[in-house]
Amino acid sequence: MTDNHHSASAHITPYLTLATVLVVLLALTFVTIEITSFDLKAWNVTLALLVACVKGYLVLSYFMHLKYENLLIKILVGMVIVLFALIIIITYIDYLFR
Amino acid sequence: MEHQAKAHLLEHRDDEASKLGMWLFIFTEILLFGGLFLVYAVYRAMYHTQFHEASLELNVIFGAVNTIVLLVSSMAVAMALTALQENKVKLSRQLIWLTILCAFIFLVNKYFEWGGKFEHDIYPGSELLKKLEHGHILYFGLYFAMTGLHALHVTVGMIILIVVERRIKAGKVHAGKFVFLENAALYWHLVDLIWIFLFPLLYLIT
Amino acid sequence: MRAEVQEFYRGTYLENTGRYRGIWAWLTSTDHKRIGLMYLYAIAAFFIVGVIIGLLMRIELISPGKTIVEPQTYNGFFTVHGIIMIFMVVIPGLSATFGNFCLPIMIGARDVAFPRLNLFSFYLFLFGSFLAILSQFLRHGPPDTGWSFYAPYSTTTGTNVIMATTAAFILGFSSILTGLNFIVTVHRMRAPGMTFFRMPLFPWALYATAWIQLLATPVVGITLLMIIAERLFNIGFFNPELGGDPVLYQHLFWIYSHPAVYIMILPAMGVITEIIPTFCQRKVYGYKAIALSSVAIAAVGYLVWGHHMYTSGMSGKSLWLFSFLTFVVAVPSAIKVFNWLATMYKGSIDMKPPFLFALFFIFLFTIGGLTGLVLGALATNIQVHDTSFVVAHFHYIIFGGMGFAAFAAVHYWFPKMYGRMYNIKQATIASIIMFIGFNLLYFPQFIIGIEGMPRRYYDYFPEFQPAQIISTIGGFVLTAGLILMFYNLIRSARKGEKAPANPWNGTTLEWQIPSPPPLENFEEIPHIEEKPYSFK
Repeated sequence: MTDNHHSASAHITPYLTLATVLVVLLALTFVTIEITSFDLKAWNVTLALLVACVKGYLVLSYFMHLKYENLLIKILVGMVIVLFALIIIITYIDYLFR
Repeated sequence: MEHQAKAHLLEHRDDEASKLGMWLFIFTEILLFGGLFLVYAVYRAMYHTQFHEASLELNVIFGAVNTIVLLVSSMAVAMALTALQENKVKLSRQLIWLTILCAFIFLVNKYFEWGGKFEHDIYPGSELLKKLEHGHILYFGLYFAMTGLHALHVTVGMIILIVVERRIKAGKVHAGKFVFLENAALYWHLVDLIWIFLFPLLYLIT
Repeated sequence: MRAEVQEFYRGTYLENTGRYRGIWAWLTSTDHKRIGLMYLYAIAAFFIVGVIIGLLMRIELISPGKTIVEPQTYNGFFTVHGIIMIFMVVIPGLSATFGNFCLPIMIGARDVAFPRLNLFSFYLFLFGSFLAILSQFLRHGPPDTGWSFYAPYSTTTGTNVIMATTAAFILGFSSILTGLNFIVTVHRMRAPGMTFFRMPLFPWALYATAWIQLLATPVVGITLLMIIAERLFNIGFFNPELGGDPVLYQHLFWIYSHPAVYIMILPAMGVITEIIPTFCQRKVYGYKAIALSSVAIAAVGYLVWGHHMYTSGMSGKSLWLFSFLTFVVAVPSAIKVFNWLATMYKGSIDMKPPFLFALFFIFLFTIGGLTGLVLGALATNIQVHDTSFVVAHFHYIIFGGMGFAAFAAVHYWFPKMYGRMYNIKQATIASIIMFIGFNLLYFPQFIIGIEGMPRRYYDYFPEFQPAQIISTIGGFVLTAGLILMFYNLIRSARKGEKAPANPWNGTTLEWQIPSPPPLENFEEIPHIEEKPYSFK
């Protein structure tokens, strides 16, 4: 019968992993600043958001430990993101087609 | 399938439940900020050029520094958790103080940023704003609303981290019972996550 | 407490074993059963206030022009009636009351996942309600915007909008925390052997509802803050003079408020799904369909909000999409109605008050649901938008639906909560009087709505008066039934005949423990071997 406390075998994220993720995040921050300094029309916001999503994914997976959590929480996070996206998309269907 | 501990109500402790509860709370925060992001999305699409013009008022260096500060702080609190799980209590507490310091730097930056805006008569309802275009007015409204709500969360996060640090010092949070730090860290990462999106959307509009 | 009452309560959750006595023993209790009852009493009290305001409105509407109050007062009436009924009665509604009382017991747990958070939710509920009431009496006058606070009127009117929206924000937070608590409870605290598909259907309904409470409410939270920001800082999001769009407010508002109606109705459907098998002594027809349809309603319900906005000037594509999705979301509800009827077929029916209320529910909810299709279809909506037709529709669903389900729930779980039985005959008579009064009150409003009677209007053309008179009479008939019901229940809670642990021969876990339950529900946590609703 599990005790539901954290056992000693609970995953501990190594310092090196966390530091590496930080370096990647900082690099991506500079990438974002660079790509938004040219005028690429509609691509600017798309690319900037895409990079932000990658950064977000890294924060979720490694800093927030989502990569090592049970499947339930991963599914729920996905569900919430989908819900939020749908709300924006459906609202856009009003504004873009007026 | 989890088994219910037969322990008495008062002795019942379920760390997975606490963590699940924290994730659920994070979902509510995502939807809360989500409403503001929706407003932003609509008005940026409507007033694209004016959003760009207005965003030139913002200092990208300030924004980038704040981004870096928050990313570092996120790593710091994640490392603090690792340290505590490895029973390195002193290191853990130092890393939490580093996180709190970063939070403080963020807020100081914010204070100067906003102060600069107020000095230039840029704030919702100001005389200057009335003379600007619709897109500019909405951009600044969103700027203050979004960074304001975010800064409020940074402040709350700071307070939570201070409480956690004190509890670690008192031995109430330790290697065998660290869910409180875990949850505080999750909250802090959320604050970072929101800024990751705020930065390009407010500061880097081409 | 008197000695005999103390004796009756010994060993149960109603016995005061802690440091506190009297009302403090309740206000500081983290026991889900006491919290559930405190919510019940508070909500019943707010309901009575809301009914009184409703009756005042009906008196005003009995003749065109001024009858008893000025137009501004009338605007305040329908606003506060909505705020109380929606935010303080039907949204906390069945989740906070019977959800709190029954959920842990029905899944074999001793309490919810976070009992102190549960009590905190209740305090937030009280505080928010207090602010809502305060908004009626402060300097600038009660809000006159309607409970929906549409911009730009809500951002410009002089009345106490900030206080009312703050109240709604706090009430929303209470709802969010209850939802959070229930989700974790269902995931982590089911008894050994109780898989998701061995869980009874009221917990399923509460689980689906909890997700809506959790994810939808923050959106209205931020929207209300935006209204406050408009009023205080002139932020411009909804102000056309500054570039904003009032329709965006409507989007944001309904993104919550449509899922909110599922917060109201899903637990109600869960209650009906518990009552029908018990009083037919047959297992539920289509258990999985009912469980999954609750989830489907919750999910699709997030995507239909625009059907409140067909006349607002949205794009054609939007109109099409929302109408289509609205018809889709009606399907899982219809599935439930079919399954309830199928459960009754060839069952051994016992027409006790809970079952009678459940039958009334099915009838009234069906009318409400079908008229919802009239509203959901684009062409017909244009005719009836913002008329009494809408008012009748939502009262059939919310009051006829959730309200009658709430009455059913009280009459079902009353013996469990108090260990006493009420007067069956009085309950039956009360329910019939209420059913008749209800239909007299609301059905005429469908008719004059189609004929053009606007909603939220103080005055009207004389040809609508006959229907308005019938409606007002119906309101008083309904109230007579309510008074009889309340009298019966309140008297029986103290003096009713002692009730056995399982007066209805139910199969779910709450009927396997004593009435009233002991403090920690179970001597020993049961091990679940079979599916629910196994009638022998």
